[in-house]
Amino acid sequence: MSRWPAIDELAADVKSGKIKAVELVKQSLKAISDNQEFDAIISTLEGRALDRAAQIDKQPAGRLAGVPFIAKDNFLTLGGKTTAASNILRPFEAPYQATAIEKLEAEGAICVAKANLDAFAHGSSTENSDWFVTKNPHDKTRVPGGSSGGSAAAVILDMAPFALGTDTGGSIRLPASFVGAVGVKPTYGRVSRSGVVAMASSTDVIGPLTKTATDAALVLDVMSGRDELDSTTIEKAEASYTDLDFDWSGKKIGVIKEYMQEGLDAGVKAVIEGSIEKLKSAGAAVEEVSLPSLPLALAVYYIVCPAEVSSNLSRYDGQRYGYSAKDAKNLDESYELSREEGFGAEAKRRIMIGTYVLSSGYYDAYYKKAQTVRTKIINEFSEAFSKFDFLVGPISPTPAFKIGEKTADPLKMYLNDIMTVAANMSGNPAISVPAGLAGNLPVGLQIIAPMASDHQMLAAAKAFEDLG
Amino acid sequence: MSSSEYIPTIGIECHVQLKTKTKLFSAVGNDARQAQPNSLISHIDVGLPGALPVLNEKALELATRAAFALNTKPQKFSKFDRKHYFYPDLPKGYQITQYEDPIIIGGYVEIEAGGETKQIQVTRVHLEEDAGKNIHPADADYSLVDLNRAGTPLLEIVSEPDISSAAEAKAYARELYLLMKYSEVSDVDLYHGNMRFDVNISVSKEVGKLGKRSEIKNLNSFRSVENAVNYEIDRQTEWLEKGQMVDQETRGWDEAKQKTTSQRGKEEAHDYRYMPEPDIPPLELSEEFISKVKSEMPSLPPEVRKMLNKLSISSNVVEDILGMPPEIVNKIIGVIKTVGDENARRLAFWALETGELDVTRDVKLSKMIDRGELNVSAAKIIRQQMATSDETPQQIAKRLNLAQVSDEAAIEKIVDEVLIQNQKAAEDTKNGELKAIGFLVGQVMAKSKGQANPEIAQRLIKQRLGL
Repeated sequence: MSRWPAIDELAADVKSGKIKAVELVKQSLKAISDNQEFDAIISTLEGRALDRAAQIDKQPAGRLAGVPFIAKDNFLTLGGKTTAASNILRPFEAPYQATAIEKLEAEGAICVAKANLDAFAHGSSTENSDWFVTKNPHDKTRVPGGSSGGSAAAVILDMAPFALGTDTGGSIRLPASFVGAVGVKPTYGRVSRSGVVAMASSTDVIGPLTKTATDAALVLDVMSGRDELDSTTIEKAEASYTDLDFDWSGKKIGVIKEYMQEGLDAGVKAVIEGSIEKLKSAGAAVEEVSLPSLPLALAVYYIVCPAEVSSNLSRYDGQRYGYSAKDAKNLDESYELSREEGFGAEAKRRIMIGTYVLSSGYYDAYYKKAQTVRTKIINEFSEAFSKFDFLVGPISPTPAFKIGEKTADPLKMYLNDIMTVAANMSGNPAISVPAGLAGNLPVGLQIIAPMASDHQMLAAAKAFEDLG
Repeated sequence: MSSSEYIPTIGIECHVQLKTKTKLFSAVGNDARQAQPNSLISHIDVGLPGALPVLNEKALELATRAAFALNTKPQKFSKFDRKHYFYPDLPKGYQITQYEDPIIIGGYVEIEAGGETKQIQVTRVHLEEDAGKNIHPADADYSLVDLNRAGTPLLEIVSEPDISSAAEAKAYARELYLLMKYSEVSDVDLYHGNMRFDVNISVSKEVGKLGKRSEIKNLNSFRSVENAVNYEIDRQTEWLEKGQMVDQETRGWDEAKQKTTSQRGKEEAHDYRYMPEPDIPPLELSEEFISKVKSEMPSLPPEVRKMLNKLSISSNVVEDILGMPPEIVNKIIGVIKTVGDENARRLAFWALETGELDVTRDVKLSKMIDRGELNVSAAKIIRQQMATSDETPQQIAKRLNLAQVSDEAAIEKIVDEVLIQNQKAAEDTKNGELKAIGFLVGQVMAKSKGQANPEIAQRLIKQRLGL
């Protein structure tokens, strides 16, 4: 397998005519076909990708000219199916594309394939995919993390220079950490959600998975900004994210106490402590900081998220598109059977929890209370960032676990998200940067930044990479 | 039956379709009246995966206007919620509406019924999207869904149960209609369901104690509101007189049979699982926006009514005038302000006759009458001509030779002829018979082909007869 050069170099070579976009797409398709055993990819967009590449070769232009990429299969794309790895969307062909895809295409990037995920992004391992389980490129008996597990594995398997993921409770950062990729969860609203199958609308964000922070900065730069089609998007203050000049000296770093306590795998702990030492040597002022409500973030997440999931999945009713039960005798049966047969166990579990917490009489006790705690978490972050430039900690208590290890116990699976959900609840940007190995398994360092400081965070991540 | 002992308590919920070019959350045309089924839809209206609602700002402006029309202000902070249920005409599985924090809280509508004015308080008004339409073809084993109307912006105006008779219910419905029309919030096309009334009604013998209510859904005319309320008061009263309980239920109005019918039997306890709509940030209206909309508010029915009442027209006619398109009524108001009451009054009646006004020429025409240059019947002929001609009233009068003759010498000649030919009437006139002088004036008018100034003719007749 051949490695990809930096994305800006690749685009420059396509523009100068040194390499052809068609060749890059073919290289990408070959890597996909050579690595089928990892089950990272649901479908390729070969026809459309080669057509676009041929077009681009005629007149190469754009910051991502001819650069192939892979989108998680919950991004709506033309030229193939968009299934969100779910049975209920198995036949669905999107008539429009996600804004993020449109923006990347406008700069010359080419979407070559759709990556596996936990169906509807519900999960932390891709084991909830209605298709297949993606294998960790470092150890085929282990999960790549999830839900953007296919995207993360694809990047490490060099199927494309970058891939797109979505992060609702850690779904970009966790797989990035498990496979050793850079995974960016931008500030909420940084990238338009239009055309991305919604999971939990108030925490869903879109971000890149790459090999380096520099590549991630370029991709995020292209995708970010206000979008008329998504009212929750925010204005981008900086002209560009690609200037990553940064110096750790004098920077104030808070190590999140609640993430470094018992339960943390010794290998992971060693990698994170080693990273902290590197930051200190680089001149950063490191201190422990406590955000006492963080341990509640997971409980809050598993109320707010299923509530929104149960609502967002209502539209999959078998009446207009997607899977529709053939044997239904009347409307009610059509609803029941289409949803019973179309949704997997995890989607059903979340629909049930969400329906319960939104029911009259329970709303105040669950949803309202969860939102109150959510506000508390936001306030604690904001207070911490009045003292610190960044907060750091692990992404997950353990490195990649064995396939099947946690599938029998949903609660155990949910605990994987314990260190990532808080940033989704608060909206802060966070990133997973490869920090070392626990045994032979990658471990990511989580850097959480103040609201809207995506650029600073990427610069810090690049500077961390440079510390070696 | 002792129905007079029963006191009805009535509240009305009214859905008003907003006059926006596009839907509430998508950039698709809003006027489905002439459209083919499912031709006015986007990925947002169909509820495709990944589709997000984008609020139509015009709807906020119209809701703000509605607030002023209802004698209140919009809430500076409001937000949208999702209301969940499964139905084929509801593509997302939820309706986007306002549950916890509606755009308007409070306000009132002043009505007149039975010679008394009364304020009907408004509980709340919220913005929401309409659903699509299910069509059930006869003899088919399937139904069809038309989503053209899905996403159409609606205001739901909820009144307090302040209404206590069918006449008041009708007056409230009509006044809301006028308010929404004059504030330009809605096209108020009742035939196409631009305003739909749901009437909640109960009767009880004890003041302050409410009976079980029924809700009559989807009434779309003032008359049906009135008739349905009357029917329901009688039905519930009769029921209670028999010692039976009224079911709390939803009923429909059968226009052909003029009766309400049970629709769902016992009301189901729906759990709509309301939750805040995460795809639309909360609405915050600035003071600047609110005062800008206020400064653009047109005259509203209460003010227009006051102006028209100055013209000494009966209140029935005033209401008829108010029922005309506001453009025309505003022209009349303009004439009151700039020309004067007498001319405005004349124009108001002309507008009622023909349904239109051409202010510049009609004012000229009216002033010609004031100056004695035309009589009323000649003016009518000139107005008919104006409809198809660009000429000024003066030009038409000249062309048709309709100018009133006020030249005394000319009229004198005719008067002399008439007196000679009608000696009996002349005698009677001398003897003080009022009818006779009217006859003589009529003869003069006839001989002059309607052009003689009747006042001058009468004066000259009296002069000649030495009266």
